Amino acid sequence: MSEALLKLEGVHTHIGAYHILHGVDLVVPQGQLTMLLGRNGAGKTTTLRTIMGLWHASQGRITLAGQDITARQTPDIATSGVAYVPESMGIFSDLSVRENMLLAARGARTLDDIDTTRLEWIFGLFPAMKKFWNHPAGKLSGGQKQMLAVSRAIVEPRQLLLIDEPSKGLAPAIIQNMIEAFRQLKAAQTTILLVEQNFNFARQLGDSVAVMDDGRVVHSGSMAELAADESLQSRLLGLSLGAHQ
Amino acid sequence: MTSLKDMDWKPMALVPLLALAALPAVGSPSTWLTLTVAGLAMGMIVFIIASGLTLVFGLMDVLNFGHGVFIALGAFVATTVLASMGQYTTADSLWLNLLALLPAMLVAMAVAGALGLVFERFIIRPVYGMHLKQILITMGGMIIGEEMIKVIWGPEQIPLPLPEALRGAVLLGDAAVEKYRLVAVLVGAAVFAAMVWTLNRTKVGLLIRAGVQDREMVESLGYRIRRLFVGVFVAGSALAGLGGVMWGLYQQTVIPQMGAQVNVLIFIVIIIGGLGSTLGALIGALLVGLMANYTGFLVPKVALFSNIALMVAILLWRPQGVYPVTSR
Repeated sequence: MSEALLKLEGVHTHIGAYHILHGVDLVVPQGQLTMLLGRNGAGKTTTLRTIMGLWHASQGRITLAGQDITARQTPDIATSGVAYVPESMGIFSDLSVRENMLLAARGARTLDDIDTTRLEWIFGLFPAMKKFWNHPAGKLSGGQKQMLAVSRAIVEPRQLLLIDEPSKGLAPAIIQNMIEAFRQLKAAQTTILLVEQNFNFARQLGDSVAVMDDGRVVHSGSMAELAADESLQSRLLGLSLGAHQ
Repeated sequence: MTSLKDMDWKPMALVPLLALAALPAVGSPSTWLTLTVAGLAMGMIVFIIASGLTLVFGLMDVLNFGHGVFIALGAFVATTVLASMGQYTTADSLWLNLLALLPAMLVAMAVAGALGLVFERFIIRPVYGMHLKQILITMGGMIIGEEMIKVIWGPEQIPLPLPEALRGAVLLGDAAVEKYRLVAVLVGAAVFAAMVWTLNRTKVGLLIRAGVQDREMVESLGYRIRRLFVGVFVAGSALAGLGGVMWGLYQQTVIPQMGAQVNVLIFIVIIIGGLGSTLGALIGALLVGLMANYTGFLVPKVALFSNIALMVAILLWRPQGVYPVTSR
């Protein structure tokens, strides 16, 4: 097994009076794509937001490459090399695609400072980004916005990508495009923690998997194992494999 | 930056439409031209004051009812600077007048900006995210500021005469247009151009525009929105100080309560414009300036009400203001 890049140990999160995470233990291995699965309200999004420092853990420890980031502020976590794509995508709709990308490239003052090879690689993954480069991001379709959200996350090399439900609400053709893009990211040894509800999507991409329920990780292991074990899927996710083939 | 093709032109058309609609009501074209230039000048000054406030609200959801104190402070600082340069302001040379006016504006901006830094640290920061407390504490801050102005400059109104070369009017056909009003329009246009350039052509500007839409995402990209906010707050305070100098010269007198008096207009402007929108603030300010001058001439008793009526009409048309900021 690869070395752990991100580790959560006994993480609890409260949002106001609500106790959402009840001691999450999670390991994200370096260079792998880890799927975080679970039904609605299981705590997946809260886990990503807690890692990102958007909500702070009330108890427990989060380490990134051995560094304790539990109490760090969101901008510090981002500058430590974590990119986050929220479920809402977080697109700046009044800004153009180009401006969205320029903002995501922290090291760049102007477009000329962005690594053109990397930009061309992104255009190869998502040709729509090149086509709509100067268009307002708010006018893109849902799928194109998701592509922009992911493009923003990878415009500069990052240690870890946190991506929340990238397939949500997308047409099957766009989902396939997204799967292809994530395959290429995996091939580039990018470490990704991806929250997903679509098991078919998850099964095609995941190296490892963690399943959450009621604010805890109730199963973790390899994705291949879970994909092969229908009874485990049924118990953890209430799924029948047949329904997803 | 939004391309011209994607631009929503309807709100911009309101300004010439309002001006044209007033022409038959006013009757005399020369009077109409005088009123229109006066309205545009007033609008530009109000825009200079309101532009910082709208960004402060858009960026951090902060309702600063104490913005008026920066206006009054700027104007009072200018009285002191200009009084110490009397030989320049009374000289019949535009260049010598400007030699007095520019330092007065710069010092007013610097002092108002410095007060803005203190105001943000001790008055705004403890009440982030608490609107009711923001309203109460910022109004309290303004009252304290006004009293401090009275302690330093006294409670009486102080004359702020125009420099010699800016007095009087120029004739455009039969219409007499005050020189200072033309200067106010030019200064306002220059401030707007500088803001547009900064917001669209610099990375800081991009961050401000992005932060107005989704500050959490800006932080997730690795930028410290609080630092950005402090910068915008200080810049907004400095602009209010500049606006105070312009307003004081427009009225030719300053009083400690002048900030509170202008506050109502500013809030009407930023609500009409769409909270957080710079272009919206410009359109709102021009509409308010024109409306105040036309109704002040035609039916003086309803001058203030007319601006509230204008705001209500705009909100019935566009409930989020003429240029609503998306994703807030």
